[in-house]
Amino acid sequence: MHGTLLVARLTWLETRRRRIALAAVVCGLLFLTVFATAMYFGFRHVAAQGPVNIVEQRIAATVLTVAGLYVVNFLAVAVAILLPIDTLSGEISSGVIQTLASKPVDRAAIVVGKWLAYLAMTASYLALMGGGVVLSMRWFAGYVAPAVLAPMGLMLLGAAVMLSITIAGGVRLSTVTNGIVAFGFYGVAFIAGWMEQIMALFNNSTSRYVGTIVSLLSPADAMWRRAAYEMQPLAAHVLQAGPFGVVSVPSAAMVGWAVAFVVIVLGFAVWQFRRRPL
Amino acid sequence: MPEYAIETAALRREFGRNVAVAELSLAVPRGEVFGFLGPNGAGKTTSLKLLLGLVAPTSGGGTVLGAPLGNTAVRARVGFLPEHFRFHDCLNARELLHFHGRLLGLPKRGLDTRIEALLLRVGLDDAGHRPLRTYSKGMTQRAGLAQALLGSPELVFLDEPTSGLDPLGRLLVRDVIDELRAAGATVFLNSHLLGEVEATCDRVAFVKSGRVVHEMELASAEGTLDVELRVGRADDTLLEGLAAFGTGVTRDAGLVRMRATAESVLPELARWLVGRGVALYELRCRRKTLEEWFVEVMGEDQRPG
Repeated sequence: MHGTLLVARLTWLETRRRRIALAAVVCGLLFLTVFATAMYFGFRHVAAQGPVNIVEQRIAATVLTVAGLYVVNFLAVAVAILLPIDTLSGEISSGVIQTLASKPVDRAAIVVGKWLAYLAMTASYLALMGGGVVLSMRWFAGYVAPAVLAPMGLMLLGAAVMLSITIAGGVRLSTVTNGIVAFGFYGVAFIAGWMEQIMALFNNSTSRYVGTIVSLLSPADAMWRRAAYEMQPLAAHVLQAGPFGVVSVPSAAMVGWAVAFVVIVLGFAVWQFRRRPL
Repeated sequence: MPEYAIETAALRREFGRNVAVAELSLAVPRGEVFGFLGPNGAGKTTSLKLLLGLVAPTSGGGTVLGAPLGNTAVRARVGFLPEHFRFHDCLNARELLHFHGRLLGLPKRGLDTRIEALLLRVGLDDAGHRPLRTYSKGMTQRAGLAQALLGSPELVFLDEPTSGLDPLGRLLVRDVIDELRAAGATVFLNSHLLGEVEATCDRVAFVKSGRVVHEMELASAEGTLDVELRVGRADDTLLEGLAAFGTGVTRDAGLVRMRATAESVLPELARWLVGRGVALYELRCRRKTLEEWFVEVMGEDQRPG
C-alpha cells in the first residue's frame, strides 16, 4: 500500500506539472465560460419576454443541463484516456520504468498507483466541470437538477472504464496504438449505444441485443446513458432518441458490470505488467 | 550470510525465437568488484535485467544476496544505475532522491541529510533544485548514480555507468566503485570500456552469445605475462627446458616467445638460462592488456563495439 500511494503521489505530481493537464483545465474553463454566458443571456431573455410556461422552461433547462454535462462527460473521457496514454508505454520505452521496477515495490503497486492518481485527476476534473454546469443552471436558470451526485458518479465510472482500458493497453502497446485502441473502444460503444436507442424506438430487438452486447464489451457509453436518464426522469420520454435522450435505459446490472469491468481490466493490466520484460 | 552476492545456474532467456541469454552460470563473491564484458548483443544487459528481476528467466534460476531472483524485498539492499538513466524530468534531483528514498523504505528522518551528502558526492549540490530536464546527459547520469547509492546498497549494478560522462565524471565513478569496495559492497559492472574495467575490477567474465566463455582474476592475472627472450642459440632442448616456466613456447630466429605462469618465475628463469651457459641478450616481459584478452577470447571478428 505504501508503494501504491507513493507511485500515485509521483504520478499526480508529474501529471500536474505537464502541459496536458493545464491544457485540459484551460479548455474546460473556456467551455464553462461559454456555457455560463449563454445561460445567463438566454434565460434573462426568456424572463424579459413576460410570463413563461413553467413546464417548457423546465424541459429547456433539463435539456441544457444534460447537453452541458454531455460535453463534460466527453471531456472527462478524453482526460481519462489522454492523461495516462503514455504513462506505461512511455516510461517503458524511455527506461524510466527500470529505475522504478528495480525498487522494492510490487509491479502491481506501479499499475494501481498510476490508476489511482489518474482516477483522482479525472474525478477532480469532472467535479470542476460538472459542478460548473450544474451551478450555472442554478444561478442563471433557477434550475435545480433532481439528481447530481449519482449521475456524476456514473460518469466517473464510465471514465474509469476508459482509464482502465488505457492503462491496460499501455502495458503492451505503443503510445499511439494504445490511443487508437482506447478511442476505438469508446467509439464502438458510442455507436452501439445509438444503435440500441434508435432500434428500441422501432422495437428492433436484434439491434438492441447487439447494442447491449457491445455495451458489455465496452460499458463506458452505457454509463453516460444511465446518468442522462437519472438526470431527466421527465424529459427522457419527451426527448426520445438522441445523444441526450434515453429510450433504452442501461440497467443497474450494467452499472454493476461496469464496476466489475474496471476491476477485471485493471487485474489484467497488473497480470500482464508483472509478466512483461522491462 | 551467504558467501556469494550473486549465484546463478544455467539462466536462460528467450525472446520469441531469439536467445538473448543462453546459459548464464555465475558466482560473484560478496565484496568483489566484478566486470561483465562482451561485445554488443552478447546478452550483457539482459543478464543484468535477469539478476534485477526486470526480466523473468525462461529457465534456470539463481539468488541475489541470498534471495531468489525476482524477490521484491531484497531490492531494498540493491542499487542499480541503468545505462541511460532517465526519470520524470519535471522533478528536480532532490525530489527524485526523496521519492526513491521513500520507495526504498528509508525513514524520513535523516533522509534529507543523506540526500544532501549524496548530491555533494556526485557534484550536483548546486543543481539539486533544478528540474532534470535542464540537466546535461552527464548530470542526469550523476543523478542516477546518486539514486543507485541512496539506500547504502550491499550490491550495486552499474550498466555502462560512464556512458555520457566526461573524464571527471569517469573518475568519479571509479572513486565511487573504490568507496563501495572499501565499504564491503559488491559491484557488478557492465561495461565495454576495458580500461575502466581493468582499473576497477577484481575479476571479469567474458560473455559471448549469452554464455560466459571465460573468467579471470585481474588482481593476480595468472598466466597473463608474455615473455620475449633474445638468446644466442635456441635449440630444441632449450625450448623443452623453458616449458617448465610457462606455456606456449615458440621460436622465431633468435627470439623465443612464451607465456610465463607468474611474474615470480622470471628471476628463476633468468638464473636457469645463465646457469646453462645460454647467452641471454634480452629478456622482456609484458602483461597482456584486457583489450588483448578480449580480442583473444572473443575472436578477431568480435572486437569490442
